[in-house]
Amino acid sequence: MFLEPDAAMRAALATIAPEADLDDVGPDEDLQEALDLDSMDFLNFLIAIAQSTGVEIPESDYHLVHTYSGCKDYLARRSA
Amino acid sequence: MAEPRVFRMPSLGADMTDGRLLEWLVHPGDAVHRGDLVAVVKTDKADVEVEIFDDGVIGELLVPEGDDLLEIGAPLATVVDAGTPVSAAPPAPPTAPPPQVAPAPPPPGPAPASPIPAPRPVAPNARTGDERVAASPYARRRAAELGIALASVAASQPGHPITATDVERAAPSTPKAPVARPEPPPIDQAGAMRKAIGRLMARSKREIPHYYLEEDVELTAALAWLEQHNGRVPVAERILPAALLYKAVAGAAAAHPELNGFWVDDQFVPGSGVHLGVAISLRGGGLVAPAVHDADRLSLTELMATLRDLTARARGGRLRGSEMTDATITVTNLGDRGVRAVFGVIYAPQVALVGFGKVSDRVCDVDNGLGIRPAVTATLSADHRATDGHIGAGFLAEVARRLHHPEEL
Repeated sequence: MFLEPDAAMRAALATIAPEADLDDVGPDEDLQEALDLDSMDFLNFLIAIAQSTGVEIPESDYHLVHTYSGCKDYLARRSA
Repeated sequence: MAEPRVFRMPSLGADMTDGRLLEWLVHPGDAVHRGDLVAVVKTDKADVEVEIFDDGVIGELLVPEGDDLLEIGAPLATVVDAGTPVSAAPPAPPTAPPPQVAPAPPPPGPAPASPIPAPRPVAPNARTGDERVAASPYARRRAAELGIALASVAASQPGHPITATDVERAAPSTPKAPVARPEPPPIDQAGAMRKAIGRLMARSKREIPHYYLEEDVELTAALAWLEQHNGRVPVAERILPAALLYKAVAGAAAAHPELNGFWVDDQFVPGSGVHLGVAISLRGGGLVAPAVHDADRLSLTELMATLRDLTARARGGRLRGSEMTDATITVTNLGDRGVRAVFGVIYAPQVALVGFGKVSDRVCDVDNGLGIRPAVTATLSADHRATDGHIGAGFLAEVARRLHHPEEL
């Protein structure tokens, strides 16, 4: 019932920035910068991910999830 | 029988000159109350759900949904008192007077102080040469579209204006749906947005003698408070630093009413309440600055929820007419873009705009000298006609004082 990390990130992004595509972002690029997400967008991204994966990312871990690969690894680790 | 009142194209912001009636949310015969949403209007900046400020029953819809540009003040629908027969069925003949209806009670509370310009009269469509025939504007348009002389159309009720229904009845072989309307040119939304922003900003720089102040505000206490709060609540209830900044501005605006309101006809008109305009950049360019109503009275959690909702609707959905017109002071936050400070252009006819840049570590005065602390640069752009720098400085100091005591926000 919970989404895999990659699917969860794509679904979350689709709700906040429908025109953005994760495939255009390098694995270690900063998501907010690459996709032009402001802090409200990023918070909504994390809320959507919490709903679709069951993983709540605390503020103290934000520095671990600001890239595609970082976020994917983090979600895989936490949902394992 | 009371004359029907007319619901007109509202002004949805100082930068609006006309709009398109995208969608009707009511039908003839529907009861409406003050504040009800009745239509969706497309402006150069947004699709806006428009409220009605009247109590009664929708009589006739005078314009169809579509891409026609309608000036501010253009009649959109008639509104009659509850109990009055609606013209979808013809009005009752004078021999059978409608039941006596008490006049609609005065609207509760004072009308909003938003500076909506008085509706301009709209010239009747005279291209058919039928201007002396009493007819509704939509009836005139339908007649022109269908190629019918209004003079040849009989009003369903003698002595009353010809309605669109009468026109369509006079052309029985023509389908009811407008078929012959020329295809409107495609709407260049991005270009329209730039022009709307250009009009408003040029007016502001032309008319408003701006003065500018800036102040660095230390945020150690505010960010510590936020960290503690956000550590306690689920991600969906987290509060962004921007909400704290905005709450401080709303409180300071309530404490300094000279900066919260409008400059109209060479004098200051204070706002009725602090309705905080929040500049929201749109994906794909442009921005809107819808109002958070009574922002000074919302809790931080409520303010944050409102900001989330407003941002989502500004970017993807629909804003309300009152949100487009009611802002009494506006705040803009470019901190996410990494700039240190923003000196904004005031949204006329408001008299003040507050700007915030990026939160960053800076050298700050601390108890025993200098220290490195997180801080944000707050700026004030204010209308010198309404206030002097002395008041503006007091306002910025109040914003800082409030941010130094986040538990009181």
